[in-house]
Amino acid sequence: MAAAGSSLGSNEAPPGAIPVTKSQELVYELKIGDIMTRQPITVGPDCLMSELKEILRVKRISGVPVLEAGELVGIISLEDLIVALERGETGARVGDRMTRRVQTVYADESVIQAVNCFARHGYGRLPVVDRQGHLVGIVTQGDVVRGLLRQLDVQWQEEEIHRYRASHIFEDIESDQTGLVLRYKVVARDFVRGGEASSKLKRALERLGARPQLMRRVAVAAYEAETNLIIHTDTGGDLIAEIQPDRIRVVALDTGPGIADVQQALQPGYSTAPDWIRELGFGAGMGLTNIKACADEMRLESRLGVGTRLEAVFNLTLEEQRRPRDS
Amino acid sequence: MTLEEVLKLVDGKAISSDVDLSDHVAMACGADLMSDVLAFTHAGTLLLTGLTNPQVVRTAEMAGIKAIIFVRGKYPPAETIALAQEKRIPLLATRYTLYEACGRLYAAGLAGCGLFSIAQDTWTDTLDSTSRKK
Repeated sequence: MAAAGSSLGSNEAPPGAIPVTKSQELVYELKIGDIMTRQPITVGPDCLMSELKEILRVKRISGVPVLEAGELVGIISLEDLIVALERGETGARVGDRMTRRVQTVYADESVIQAVNCFARHGYGRLPVVDRQGHLVGIVTQGDVVRGLLRQLDVQWQEEEIHRYRASHIFEDIESDQTGLVLRYKVVARDFVRGGEASSKLKRALERLGARPQLMRRVAVAAYEAETNLIIHTDTGGDLIAEIQPDRIRVVALDTGPGIADVQQALQPGYSTAPDWIRELGFGAGMGLTNIKACADEMRLESRLGVGTRLEAVFNLTLEEQRRPRDS
Repeated sequence: MTLEEVLKLVDGKAISSDVDLSDHVAMACGADLMSDVLAFTHAGTLLLTGLTNPQVVRTAEMAGIKAIIFVRGKYPPAETIALAQEKRIPLLATRYTLYEACGRLYAAGLAGCGLFSIAQDTWTDTLDSTSRKK
């Protein structure tokens, strides 16, 4: 027997073969042992071709490994049987007609090894062995397809359960007032990472089953508030979202420098942003106006040298309080 | 209008490798001011802009922008492309100016984002306050 499974190299993807789809990814993640048929039907070398014909016919399979004293010594397939039938040699021993140099794969290898083997050599089946060389199963292209589909199904269900749990949090957890508080740290002057907090908040709302229109309003307001923390504060601040069944409150908190004239800051177009911010497409004095337009209520409190607190409240309509899947 | 038609009209190219050119956009917005994009667009809008920093993609993400066209032949930096890839927002490019690229799409029937009452309020508020100061 040629232990060729190992010659295909490690379990890692070959360079250049970047998994792009979920099923391609799974081909690398899943082990052959996960998808193989265990306890395969085997024959001994003294089995006659006529007996093999009956086994293949009754079991509806196209090939079997040949074992002698528990050791894998060969493999015999439907093709070998056809040749024997053509020659009228149904009385021949399997041991004389089998393929002796058997291509095998290891149970702990990635499914991709089996896939490559099928593609390269055109085999219909591959005996699966453990690292001691003992036969533990057999894998066909059908097993690969079934295994991938089963795994996709499992992952889809897990994803669904995950989604279900998140979107039902307010019904599953009982209290007089249930709220979910999400706090994000925002770093001053770090425009490269700017928007990450709002992006995560938006994703969280999506998970919770928020309606797209509401999600967009909250995300836009949060992003403007986050941008203000980045541009205008000394040490950054916190972006806090308090999510309740009937409303969402977004608060941007910082510890300075504070706003000298709050009324002036609220004027559309009024801005103290430096040029480098303006070059990035921000700092035109529209941020607070935008937040006000998105939110149902907005409050801005600030003291010079102390800090600023911006609060935007979004009241959920009855329609928005219902989860999309119920409608 | 499909992204394929958009590209044809502005003689553009797709920057992202996996753009689905059969994707539809319902309207478009041309702006270099991201706050305006946040304020004056609807979900499903095509954004035309001369800015190429990653914040353009962030803005698009928050505002639910469907795709971005960079005008004047500008090519975005790698971090912008990477973020767009992550957020699955297609990036396109054209050599036309913002004005002409918008004009070509508008003339071909791609709508704008409509009139905004907030924009008018802003306008009158500002005018009022300016005249009061005088």
